[in-house]
Amino acid sequence: MTGAAWPAAVLPRPALAKTGKRDATGPLLSGLTGLAALLIALMVLVIMGNIVFFGWRAVTWEFLAASPREGMTEGGIFPAIFGTVALVVLMVVALIPFGVGAAIYLNEYARPDAWFTRAVRFSVANLAGVPSIVFGLFGLGFFIQFVGRGMDRALGLDVVWGQPSLMWAALTLALLNLPVVIVTAEEALRSVPREMREASMALGATRWQTIRSVLLPQAMPGILTGAILSVSRGAGEVAPIMFTGAAYFLPYLPTSPTDQFMELGYHIFVMSTQSPDVEATKPLLYGTVLALLLLTFLLNLTAILLRARMRARLAGRT
Amino acid sequence: MPVPSTTPEPEERTGSPAAAVPERPIQLSAGDFSLHYGTQPALKSVSLGIPAYSVTAIIGPSGCGKSTLLRSFNRMNDLIPGVRTTGRLRFQNLDVLSPSTDVVELRRRVGMVFQRPNPFPKTIFENVAFGLRMLGLKNRGELEARVEESLRRAALWDEVRDRLERSALQLSGGQQQRLCIARCLAVEPEVILMDEPASALDPAATARIEELILDLKSRYTLVVVTHNMQQAARISDRTAFMLNGKLIEFDETARVFTSPTEKLTEDYITGRFG
Repeated sequence: MTGAAWPAAVLPRPALAKTGKRDATGPLLSGLTGLAALLIALMVLVIMGNIVFFGWRAVTWEFLAASPREGMTEGGIFPAIFGTVALVVLMVVALIPFGVGAAIYLNEYARPDAWFTRAVRFSVANLAGVPSIVFGLFGLGFFIQFVGRGMDRALGLDVVWGQPSLMWAALTLALLNLPVVIVTAEEALRSVPREMREASMALGATRWQTIRSVLLPQAMPGILTGAILSVSRGAGEVAPIMFTGAAYFLPYLPTSPTDQFMELGYHIFVMSTQSPDVEATKPLLYGTVLALLLLTFLLNLTAILLRARMRARLAGRT
Repeated sequence: MPVPSTTPEPEERTGSPAAAVPERPIQLSAGDFSLHYGTQPALKSVSLGIPAYSVTAIIGPSGCGKSTLLRSFNRMNDLIPGVRTTGRLRFQNLDVLSPSTDVVELRRRVGMVFQRPNPFPKTIFENVAFGLRMLGLKNRGELEARVEESLRRAALWDEVRDRLERSALQLSGGQQQRLCIARCLAVEPEVILMDEPASALDPAATARIEELILDLKSRYTLVVVTHNMQQAARISDRTAFMLNGKLIEFDETARVFTSPTEKLTEDYITGRFG
């Protein structure tokens, strides 16, 4: 088969010139993209380094366990830590069933081309693009003034529900995070192999039994991913909660969903903008930021470990 | 049990002596059954009757509609959007295609084993118990007894008795397929539809599945789709040959492979196409 052999021995290789050019642009491009990647790593390093460097001395046991004193220039942040955890837990409790329910409907029951399905998908996509401050104002207008006041009037109460509280703040945050959970849960349900559905149906399982016993267990790690993303975001958002429940300062801890609460992100905002003496609060401010980062990290780590365990079990490695 | 109105037409066409295979009641039958995927015809006017307690093989080249026909008997094609059917399908005296048919009950009585072993990512025990739990059985003792019985019938018990609580995914491919058969047997089906049950397995595992199929026919009616003609010849009592959505020939396996009536069948089994 001499005819098919590479004719390089006879003809000059025209590709050589081009190859030389590519060799020149290659390192340049890899250098530029590498620089972009390096910059990101550096920025994270600077931010984290700065926070840890100025914050670690402030994070003492007393700081984590005590209330703020002396106009927030002394004392600790325990009420804000407590409030943040309560807020995030309530948010997840409201968010996951609602979001997963919507995902199940969209993926399992809805006809993909029906106008209602399209309207829902369109709404979810748009909800994701709404600025968080708008959620805050919506929470105030809808949850507190409309739903809360309405409940008070209907029940003949004074002001119980119709005021900013932990519950309304958690619901507002849940709404903000709904698109993330719906999209990740839908993705997780979609990625369960068709064979699993068929196996279940062929054994005489109903559609709902198939969802509950086969699809949801297998989609759980993906659903947890949505929960992790929403916890990270929920713990740090200030705008949605500043009108709906977060308090500047409270001498007590919230004991009911109708109480107001202190929250780390909002506390940071308050200390850096509203304090009578910004210089005096600076060490505590750094400490609070570090505590917020650590708390978010801890909440995420818990969920990630849980997810790893579920994945191992699903893969049969237990 | 009333014999369905659609007596196996091919019997008359091929004129085979009915005495060669003992008369058995017809379990599954199709009468002038056609199926379209959207506008694409997949099955064209198929008529046949599958006798009880025997193995019926469906052979034919890829895309001839053999899997589609198989999946029609337990209405698995319902899951695919855009499927239209005409004609009749019967399971005993039940009208399979009727909208009032309880599909969940139908699928319990007409079980299915798929081409690729598809155990759930659960324990071996939970895989076999799955169908029973879906039926609402909660009693642990009864579950255990039925799981053991099903695993024994699927010739898997001795290999897994010590590791029922391990993940089913740790089993080999052949074991997984026998587990899927056990899972199917657990809900006491009357018919078992098998869609190329050994095509993803190595020769040794294939041999075990074939042995198992021969074992099972004393209790169940089996319909096995296969693209492997030797396999059809080894395991089946009757063979249906399909081509381009049509049933070309349906007769006793020995006759189909030695003296087929149709020229197309002969061309296929002698390897002239397909």
